[in-house]
Amino acid sequence: MTLYEALRDALRAEEAVALATVVELTPEEGAGDAGDPGEHGVGLGAKLLVRPVGAELGTLGNDDLDRVVTRDARAALETGLTSTRHYGPRGQARRRAVAVFIESFAPPPHMVIFGAVDFTAALGRAAKLLGYRVTVCDARPVFATPARFPMADEVVVDWPDRHLAKVGGELGPRDAVCVLTHDPKFDVPAIVAALRTRVGYLGAMGSRRTHAERVARLREAGVGEEGLGRVMAPIGLDIGARTPEETAVSVCAEMIALRTGRKAPSLRDVEGPIHARAGEAPAGPVPGGADAAQGRDGPHLDDGRPPA
Amino acid sequence: MKEVLGEVERWRAAGRRVAVARVVAVEGSGPRDPGATMAVSEDGEVAGSVSGGCVEGAVVEQALEVLAGDGVARLCTFGYSDDEAFAVGLTCGGTVHVFVEPLDW
Repeated sequence: MTLYEALRDALRAEEAVALATVVELTPEEGAGDAGDPGEHGVGLGAKLLVRPVGAELGTLGNDDLDRVVTRDARAALETGLTSTRHYGPRGQARRRAVAVFIESFAPPPHMVIFGAVDFTAALGRAAKLLGYRVTVCDARPVFATPARFPMADEVVVDWPDRHLAKVGGELGPRDAVCVLTHDPKFDVPAIVAALRTRVGYLGAMGSRRTHAERVARLREAGVGEEGLGRVMAPIGLDIGARTPEETAVSVCAEMIALRTGRKAPSLRDVEGPIHARAGEAPAGPVPGGADAAQGRDGPHLDDGRPPA
Repeated sequence: MKEVLGEVERWRAAGRRVAVARVVAVEGSGPRDPGATMAVSEDGEVAGSVSGGCVEGAVVEQALEVLAGDGVARLCTFGYSDDEAFAVGLTCGGTVHVFVEPLDW
């Protein structure tokens, strides 16, 4: 089997695999050139196929370079990052003799949503749009049905903490757990269990009051500041989302911002109402003039999400 | 790579030689990230894309040259520049590095 065929089969099976290719050689820095791999054996186009575990396939030219690139390729698989890195001809750091393009083909990231509510369906659809494999989990068999969540790859009837005890070990930095139950009897154990995983995004729905109570319960359950710091709650960005669909957009946008390290305002980090007030309009000219703007002085909607 | 597999397999099954072009680095604003892939068959069929459309033609030319010539891989740079060496530019002002190679591995 050729290296291409091994790559093809891994891609079709959605297995994690990284392909490293030598894309540039700088002879004056000790590499060979396009026509001559040189003393270190590194030739243009040389390839190494790397999996999370097990032996690699192919070679970039020598064992030293292969070893360093294998390590970097596995790290790239963890984050799903694809980029070109530079090395010395024997894999030395801080040298630019060899440019290696490390393309990581990670399987789709996984989103686990706890709570079979209206918000779940909208969030599941938005997550599919972003390429997630979606699991919906709820302990109530009446609500956790594939018919109610046709977008989900998997609908599980189980208690959240029990489900995470089974699959939590597979969750990593690219994955997400969204706790939409906003019922302490489900969401406290779910969050505690999710904190034991390496999941990259952990969000929990609920009003500011609900979350304040939840924080107290989480502390009682032994969760420390570091753990609490991982919980994005109230869930989502501060964009005034109201409907399940808008809330799904705000949650997905928060997941993207957390991953990219951008300073989009999370609800967690600001104060004030979660939902836009009726008639709230951006600063500047208000479409519809004075009538439309009047709603800004009107009654203030409840802080919390509508009940499920 | 994933998005061109179907076409590549069809070409290979028909005994046609194939070149693969992949974006390996982008500087500044670019339409596609590293990993964007285009495959070109020796008779000029194309699958996938490496940009928003601005450099596709030039990449196809490079791929056909690789297949017709000595089969040696090459790193091509496309970008906006005052330098006349950059005949093909990206309207967005970015620079994109595309690695073009025969699929003989």
